Amino acid sequence: MDIKLQDVEYRYAAGTPFERPAIADVSFHIPSGQYVAIIGHTGSGKSTVLQHLNVLLKPLKGEIEIGSRTIAAGRKEKNLKEIRRRVGIVFQFPEHQLFEETVEKDICFGPMNFGVTENDAKKRALEAVRLVGLPEDILKKSPFDLSGGQMRRVAIAGVLAMKPDVLVLDEPTAGLDPRGRQDIMNMFTGLQKTNGLTCVLVTHSMEDAARYADKIVIMHKGRVHRTGTPRDIFRDADSLTSVGLDIPETVRFQQLFEKRLGRPLEKVCLTPEELAAEIGKLRGEIS
Amino acid sequence: MMEKIIFGRYLPSDSVVHQMDPRAKLLFIFIFVGIVFLANNVVTYALLGAFTFLIVFLSKVKLRFLIGGLKPVLLLVLFTFFLHVFFTKEGDVLTQFGFLTIYKGGVIKGIFISLRFLLLIFVTSLLTLTTPPISVTDGIESLFGPLKKIKVPVHELALMMSISLRFIPTLLDETDKIMKAQMARGADFSSGSISDRVKAIIPLLIPLFVSAFKRAEELAVAMEARGYKGGEGRTKYRILRWSMRDTMAMLFLVVLSAALFILRS
Amino acid sequence: MNTIVISIKGVSYQYPEQESLALNNVSLDVYKGEWLAIVGHNGSGKSTLAKMLNGLHYPSKGTVMIGGYALNEENVWSIREKLGMVFQNPDNQFVGTTVQDDVAFGLENNGVEHGVMQERVFASLEKVGMTAFLNQEPHHLSGGQKQRVAIAGVIALRPDIILLDEATSMLDPLGREEVMNTVRELNEKEGLTVISITHDLEEAAKADRVIVLNEGRLYTEGTPQSIFQLDRELLNLGLGVPFAVQMSQLLADAGLQLSQRHFNEEELVSELWTLNFKM
Repeated sequence: MDIKLQDVEYRYAAGTPFERPAIADVSFHIPSGQYVAIIGHTGSGKSTVLQHLNVLLKPLKGEIEIGSRTIAAGRKEKNLKEIRRRVGIVFQFPEHQLFEETVEKDICFGPMNFGVTENDAKKRALEAVRLVGLPEDILKKSPFDLSGGQMRRVAIAGVLAMKPDVLVLDEPTAGLDPRGRQDIMNMFTGLQKTNGLTCVLVTHSMEDAARYADKIVIMHKGRVHRTGTPRDIFRDADSLTSVGLDIPETVRFQQLFEKRLGRPLEKVCLTPEELAAEIGKLRGEIS
Repeated sequence: MMEKIIFGRYLPSDSVVHQMDPRAKLLFIFIFVGIVFLANNVVTYALLGAFTFLIVFLSKVKLRFLIGGLKPVLLLVLFTFFLHVFFTKEGDVLTQFGFLTIYKGGVIKGIFISLRFLLLIFVTSLLTLTTPPISVTDGIESLFGPLKKIKVPVHELALMMSISLRFIPTLLDETDKIMKAQMARGADFSSGSISDRVKAIIPLLIPLFVSAFKRAEELAVAMEARGYKGGEGRTKYRILRWSMRDTMAMLFLVVLSAALFILRS
Repeated sequence: MNTIVISIKGVSYQYPEQESLALNNVSLDVYKGEWLAIVGHNGSGKSTLAKMLNGLHYPSKGTVMIGGYALNEENVWSIREKLGMVFQNPDNQFVGTTVQDDVAFGLENNGVEHGVMQERVFASLEKVGMTAFLNQEPHHLSGGQKQRVAIAGVIALRPDIILLDEATSMLDPLGREEVMNTVRELNEKEGLTVISITHDLEEAAKADRVIVLNEGRLYTEGTPQSIFQLDRELLNLGLGVPFAVQMSQLLADAGLQLSQRHFNEEELVSELWTLNFKM
């Protein structure tokens, strides 16, 4: 399912003395089946953009196409449920939204709100728990007795069980340790590759954006600063640093190495593995 | 949705009203609440109204904004108004629909009571709009200070109040966040029957309670780590200063009360 | 640099209703003016140790000496004046309704006189670069700013040691940098002893000394340089490694010559160049 934003604008507390702008002139395209990363600092407007993707916020100007629906400013929108089922959002620290007595009931909450029968929802819960790499017997436990990392996975399972077409992830690994971080990120890429899920990752991490994304949208002060493929974006490092964003460590390391070498490598490497291989190749050529 | 409520919000500015001692403002309100009940005719209500608008003017808070903020309580005001219109049987009969008879006295009383209501809301909203919540707390702690002698835990109560105030925005943000997370999972908070809506609130309330308890626990640990061991031997960073301006305001209020006494019928 | 400010000897701790020991016979010293990082996986015992250093837990076995005081219920308030703590969640340690009220909170608790209090609040905020936010309310501050205020609140009490208990783990990269720079300045300019408890190895790389805890025991200790030579072993402990270390490893795997695991990128590039490409 494609999502297209066209000149979207939003202001918080519109019409009160506390009004403040959030985003303006935001246009970009999330093509079906792709992995899109939205990056920017805190306050760059990326969370506001995220909430438009399933119409938790409605644009004050502009419009958003979500599949076959168009949400335009100033129109009353009804029947948003179908959009919310198809665009699942995993919010930051999603474990804060757990509330049921058992993990199973909590995971079933989403599907059942969208009209799935209890039996089917339970089947989905089992599938979802397996997908996020938790043991089956966890279904009968209370979510509040689990470790932080497990709670995070349960919350993610709760969104996956809705079987969305688009999965929006807001800093899904914040606060996790390095190993947990990697496991979860790999799971999302797996879902995108094997099930054709569209993924939208909202993140501060340049490393994750470089490693996983097909396309990057950079937000700065409520506007889209740049969009492009990771190689395009990171080739032009100055454009990133000009808005106070870091470049991925791999790219920075590549630049250091290129300075010694006196010429650029063939391509901008996005992961340390890629860069190590590239430097290895070079050694073979030189010696 | 909570953005429109103005009661309890602070609007920074440098007006005379903002600069008053919170104790003066609190006393002012206690007395004002009392003297509003003195008004009982056109002249006295006009006087009170003029006085209220004078304070609004001095506070530099936009009237449009105050009136906008009245919306949530407007229903209550209208209800009170009609209650009096329909149930007061004084004065001449104005009109009659079926079993309802409307008397002139009822309309007048309805207007007066609604006005009284509005004036009280204006003035109390002004208190919070012009005083940072922490100053209100300091004011209360100081005014009720003498109660410590009869073992009322004034310090603890004030601290509780100031911590609650400090966490209101945090918890509102959190409510908004959890609500959105549940809406993204298909929860519907705004339609259905009353029992549906009550049920819909559970997925919101439980996470909120869980997080509030966690916060409380962590806060208690942090406070202990920073040396908090109760009110005994504590000094205060904020010191309230009573100025000429505050005395003037009190005098003004005395004059107003006297005028109301004389002019009421 | 050799004065001992904290001395922990044979300390064990067990949480009520739990079978395994959260801390198991841990001994270590902390020296005046150093920056010590204590790293470990979740459940390694590092948070228990942090709470113990602030008298929020008492050892079941062994002794803890902090700034000349033995840790017990009698001395705990004196110890809290010597050692200030910054916690993980920026919101849940912000007590005051504004920045200056929050910094003053600890001073109020200690009965500091009003004039002195005002001076110290201002001076502390100056040291963390937050004087422009004197009257700001916490919900208008970023996570990094809140943590800097928390640090100001700690240093206003003039402690010898500051303990950061995962103080940057909930922050974004900018916030993390802000807080780390502030702490570094305090460590260098004011000679404040810093203990940072973290699972972020980039943060640990900035310390003078690193202690690795695993399953309640002291696993190893040394300079960041020596700790990062353990690369794969660290990964097995559930810890990440800094980028340059990971890069060294990958380059070595790709058949390039390197004498050691580097955690400084420039050094790595230099050696990579000298050993492999210079002809």
